[in-house]
Amino acid sequence: MTALVKFRNVTLGYERHPAVHHLDGAVEKGTLLAVVGPNGAGKSTLFKGLVGLLKPLAGQIERGVLRTRDIAYLPQIADIDRSFPINVYDIVAMGLWRNAGLFGGIGDKDREKIHDAVAAVGLTGFERRSIATLSGGQMQRVLFARLLLQDANLIVLDEPFTAIDAKTTDDLLAIVHRWHGEKRTVLAALHDLDLVRTNFPDVLLLAREPVAWGPSNTVLTAENLLKARQMCEAFDDQAAACVDAA
Amino acid sequence: MLIYKALIAPFFEFEFMRRALVGACALALGAGPVGVLLMLRRMSLMGDAMAHAILPGAAIGFLLAGFNLFALTVGGLAAGLVVALLAGFVARTTELKEDAALAAFFLVSLAIGVTIVSLRGSNIDLLHFLFGSVLALDNQTLVLIASIATLSLGVLSVIWRPLVLDCVDPGFLRSVSRSGAPVHTLFLALVVLNLVGAFHALGTLLAVGMMMLPAVASRFWVRDITPMILMAIGIGMLSGYAGLLLSFHTAVPAGPAIILVAGLVYAGSVIFGRVGGLARQLFPGRHLEA
Repeated sequence: MTALVKFRNVTLGYERHPAVHHLDGAVEKGTLLAVVGPNGAGKSTLFKGLVGLLKPLAGQIERGVLRTRDIAYLPQIADIDRSFPINVYDIVAMGLWRNAGLFGGIGDKDREKIHDAVAAVGLTGFERRSIATLSGGQMQRVLFARLLLQDANLIVLDEPFTAIDAKTTDDLLAIVHRWHGEKRTVLAALHDLDLVRTNFPDVLLLAREPVAWGPSNTVLTAENLLKARQMCEAFDDQAAACVDAA
Repeated sequence: MLIYKALIAPFFEFEFMRRALVGACALALGAGPVGVLLMLRRMSLMGDAMAHAILPGAAIGFLLAGFNLFALTVGGLAAGLVVALLAGFVARTTELKEDAALAAFFLVSLAIGVTIVSLRGSNIDLLHFLFGSVLALDNQTLVLIASIATLSLGVLSVIWRPLVLDCVDPGFLRSVSRSGAPVHTLFLALVVLNLVGAFHALGTLLAVGMMMLPAVASRFWVRDITPMILMAIGIGMLSGYAGLLLSFHTAVPAGPAIILVAGLVYAGSVIFGRVGGLARQLFPGRHLEA
């Protein structure tokens, strides 16, 4: 199994306060990994570091041959201006940026791909709808359709099913499994442990420091979960410099 | 016929009216799309600030070379671009809210500009600077305005994708391309360019009117961005035409008349517009089946 991404003693955080503390490990190619942990555990921070939005305070994140265009990232609270006059079709079409770029045209084959992506998320007929008129779940489906078109090797989803109804969750999970079947690497930060147990073979339990990383049945034990819950959430203004810091 | 005499004859009989109409239409063509994007990027007030910032630059040009088109244009462009870049820089690198810094800045610009103009010019000259001279557009100026419109449309069509994406989902744009910042700067340059063109016709105080009023009015009629742009251009041209006629038949000066008409269209749109207009809100009609 080849490692797609390696974390070497990585610390990520804000203004010297670590949100992810001394993480070591590797994400194998083709894994379906759930990252779980209490609020403030550093899941979003880890993902931001992984996709390159945040520079590590210490340590390295080795992405090997992965380029920016090989990673598709769905942030937790999408910074999308929902009042902008644009429709579903155009948002989904942006997923083709990797091939079309700034000026490339969209041919017939691309149009087919867009329609297929829209259909895959169950939004056929919504193409001309303005995004301002969509519900939360519908908007999330649109973003998944865009992810589909991005055709990425590494897909990073930050809390994709929060505040989403059960039907949408099931449909979007099916797409996640489809990606896994296509040998793509998928990472997802999740809160619903039952969902994780039934759908994700591998889990990283994070509580600022890694508590456990491995197959879900070995990681999600009561003991580990208790350890994770006991982690301190707040930044400590009085904290001294870390002795293990490089 | 009376209608012909009132609505068409002035343009047939008088060359200065034809010129003014051409100038106004060219302005609408360039300022319309730029205005819509400015509004959607929530930079309307910044557009106003930049319009005022042009004045000191143009005033220095006037001080050095009088009413020379080249001097005024270059001066205005330089001043406008400096402000645009500074504002963009501040917005991107600090938490400071743009409106506070810009509010102070554009009042100072206006004061400086008026002072400089008064050093060399008379009150009439000052009026030209503040309210433009749409009825006195010579060939050179017309060509300038038309070129600006052409250039704007050309550049916009090239940077369209990243520009729109930067408004809707800047995070996604950052993840796929590094063109966000350069495109933003290029867009600001276009805004300044159009404001300088409008400055010649409408003056520093009203220049931004041709940019913002049609754009904001179009927001009340259509929901998609391309029709919005087309509508803004249309409203701009209509305001030019009707404003000039208003000025011709009454004593209202031409520049303000154009903006007045645009303002009336805006007011009408707020009240009767299909998308979020007041009338629709007060009398929504029966709800639909699905």
